[in-house]
Amino acid sequence: MSGGAVGSYDYRHYPYHRPVELDRGGQGRCPVLIVGAGPVGLAAAIDLAQQGIASIVVDDNDVVSVGSRAICWSKRTLEIFDRLGVGERMVAKGVTWRVGRVYHRDRELYRFDLLPEGGHKMPAFINLQQYYAEEYLIDRAMELADRVDLRWRHRLAGIEQSGTGVTATIDTADGQYRVTADWLIAADGARSTVRSLLGLPFEGTTFEEKFLIVDVRIDADYPSDRRFWFQPEFDPSQSVLIHRQPDNVFRIDFQLGWDADVERERDPERAMARVRRVVGPGVHCEFEWCSVYTFRCARLERFTSGRVIFAGDSAHVVSPFGARGGNGGIQDVDNLCWKLAAVLRKEAPPALLDSYDSERRHGADENILNSRRTTTFMTPKTAVERQLRDGVLALAPDFPFARALVNSGRLSRPCDLRGFSGFAADDGSIAGPLLPGMPCDDAPVRAGDGSAGWLLDHLGGAPTVLAFAASPQEVDGIGRCAAASDIAGLRVVVISEEARPCPGMTVLSDRAGLVGARYGGASGVTYLIRPDQHVLGRWRGIDPQALGHAWRRCLGTEAA
Amino acid sequence: MNALQRTDGFRGRGDEVYERLVAAHRGLSDEQSGALNARLVLLLANQVGDADVVTAAIAAARASLGLADGAAPREE
Repeated sequence: MSGGAVGSYDYRHYPYHRPVELDRGGQGRCPVLIVGAGPVGLAAAIDLAQQGIASIVVDDNDVVSVGSRAICWSKRTLEIFDRLGVGERMVAKGVTWRVGRVYHRDRELYRFDLLPEGGHKMPAFINLQQYYAEEYLIDRAMELADRVDLRWRHRLAGIEQSGTGVTATIDTADGQYRVTADWLIAADGARSTVRSLLGLPFEGTTFEEKFLIVDVRIDADYPSDRRFWFQPEFDPSQSVLIHRQPDNVFRIDFQLGWDADVERERDPERAMARVRRVVGPGVHCEFEWCSVYTFRCARLERFTSGRVIFAGDSAHVVSPFGARGGNGGIQDVDNLCWKLAAVLRKEAPPALLDSYDSERRHGADENILNSRRTTTFMTPKTAVERQLRDGVLALAPDFPFARALVNSGRLSRPCDLRGFSGFAADDGSIAGPLLPGMPCDDAPVRAGDGSAGWLLDHLGGAPTVLAFAASPQEVDGIGRCAAASDIAGLRVVVISEEARPCPGMTVLSDRAGLVGARYGGASGVTYLIRPDQHVLGRWRGIDPQALGHAWRRCLGTEAA
Repeated sequence: MNALQRTDGFRGRGDEVYERLVAAHRGLSDEQSGALNARLVLLLANQVGDADVVTAAIAAARASLGLADGAAPREE
C-alpha cells in the first residue's frame, strides 16, 4: 500500500476494488448506500452494521482527511463513538481537556471547566485530528466487513428516486455501475454532491471574516487547555485560538479580517512567522499544514428528501468555534441509525424518519444559533457593535456578568429533545433531573462478574428498560414485566444492591451512588431508554402496558 | 413578557440622574462617548436582569426613533 506523509501523519491509500456489479450486468442492490467515508458516513455504516443492517459506502477519494480539520470531540460524541467500538481508542490517543482559558490582550479574563464533576467514563472533550478519527472508524468498519462494504475511489455520478428506493450511478476506473438502495445517506460534506444532484438549496449566512488555520508541531511542554486571545499583544490578528492535539501537534487559528489577502496569508513561511510570535523565540516548531478559510452557517430546509437522508455537513454547516460541526454530525448518526434500522426491519413505518428530520433540525438550529452569536461577538461589523464588544471585554475583569458575555465559542452540548412528540409525558413523580427527551447521564456501576464499568456501556443500541430494585424478588418482577411489554429486542438493566449474573437481564450495582443520584433512583423507578441513549419515558412502578405503549408510540405504530 | 416600567422610577432624584448622565460625557470625543454609552448599557441591562424587560426597553427606544422593534435577531 502506497502512502505519503503530510506533516507527522503518514497517509495510506486504501485499496480500490473493481465493483462486483460490473460482472453482474452493471446492477446491484443494498439496503443502505452511504455516500462519503468521512466521520459521519463511517459512523453511520458502523452503527447500522451493529444493528444488523448492511451498507455500501462509496467515496471518491482513498485517503483519510488531509489536514486535521475537525479536532474537538465532545463527551456526548465520545459516548456515541464508544457505543460504536472506537471511543476508548480515541480517548487513549487524544488529548483530554476540559478547561478553557480566555484572554484579552495579555490578561486572562476567565477560565471555564466543562466537566466539574466526576463519575463519567468519557472526558468533557478530547482533541484528536480528524485523520485519526477516520482511521479508527475505518479499522472498526473493516472488523464489520460482512456488513460494511467500503468502496474507495467510487464516485457518485447520478441519483434517481422511486417511491421505494434510490438508484445511484457510480463511476469507477473500470466503468460505471448502478446500485439500488432502500435508503441513501448523504454524508458527503459541505459541498455535497447528493445535494447538488437533487438541486436542493442550502441557504444561510456567510460571515465576512477570514481565518488562517495552522497545524504545527511544537517540541515544548505546552498546556492542553484550550486558549483563546481577543486582540492578542503578540499578533495583529483580531483573535487567536490554540488547541493541543496528539503527537505534539498544535492547531492555531488566527482571525485575519475580511480584507486579508488569501494567497499571501497561506504562504507557509508567513504562517510560521505568526506561529513563532505565538510560541515565542527559541521554541522549535515544524510546519504541518495550513489553510485560509471563511465560513458560513447554513442548513437544508429538510434533512430527508424522499429516500435520501442528509447527515453531517451535507445537511448543516456552522462556524468552527464551539466544535459543533463534527459533533453535530455524529449526533445525527446516533439519532438516525436506530430509526433507519427499525424501518428496514419493518418494526416501524418510514414516517419514523420524520422524527430524525425534526429532532436533528432542532439540533442544527441550536448549533447555528450559538455559532452565529459567537461570530457576532468575535467579528463586530459596525462601530457600535465594536463598542459593545470591547465594553464587555473591558468590564470582564471586574464584573462576572461581563465575563459570562465574553463569547469565544459555546462548546457543543448534548442535544436535549424535551418536548418532541414521541417522548412520553412526565408525571413529575421522580425526583431525578433526567426528563424524557434528555440524553442519559453516565455513572459508575459494577457488573455481575465484579468488574467496574459504566452505566452507558449498558444502555445503547437497543430499547432498554433501566429499573431500580431493592430486593432479588423485585429484580425478578422487573424481568417479568419487561418481557410482558412485548418490545422487540428489549434489553433490561436493573440497578440493585448487589450485582449478579442473571439470565435475560443485566443486574448492576451502583458503585458510587451516582446512578441513584442522577436518575432519582429508588425501588420501583423505571426508565425506558431509546437506542440512542435518550430518555423516552420514566415512571414510578413498572407497567408492561405503559412501556409497550410508549415504545410503539415512539416508533409510530400506535397512536397517542 | 414583563412590562417595561413607564412611570418615574427615580424617587425624586431624576434631575440628578439626568445631570450625571450628561456630565459623564463632558469633554469626551464622540468615540469615547459611544464607548461610555455602550458600557453603561451593559451595566444597566445586567442590573435590570430580566431579558424580557431589556427587550421591551430596546423596542421602546427604537419606537421612539420611528423604527420597528428590531428585537428579533436578524437573519442576514
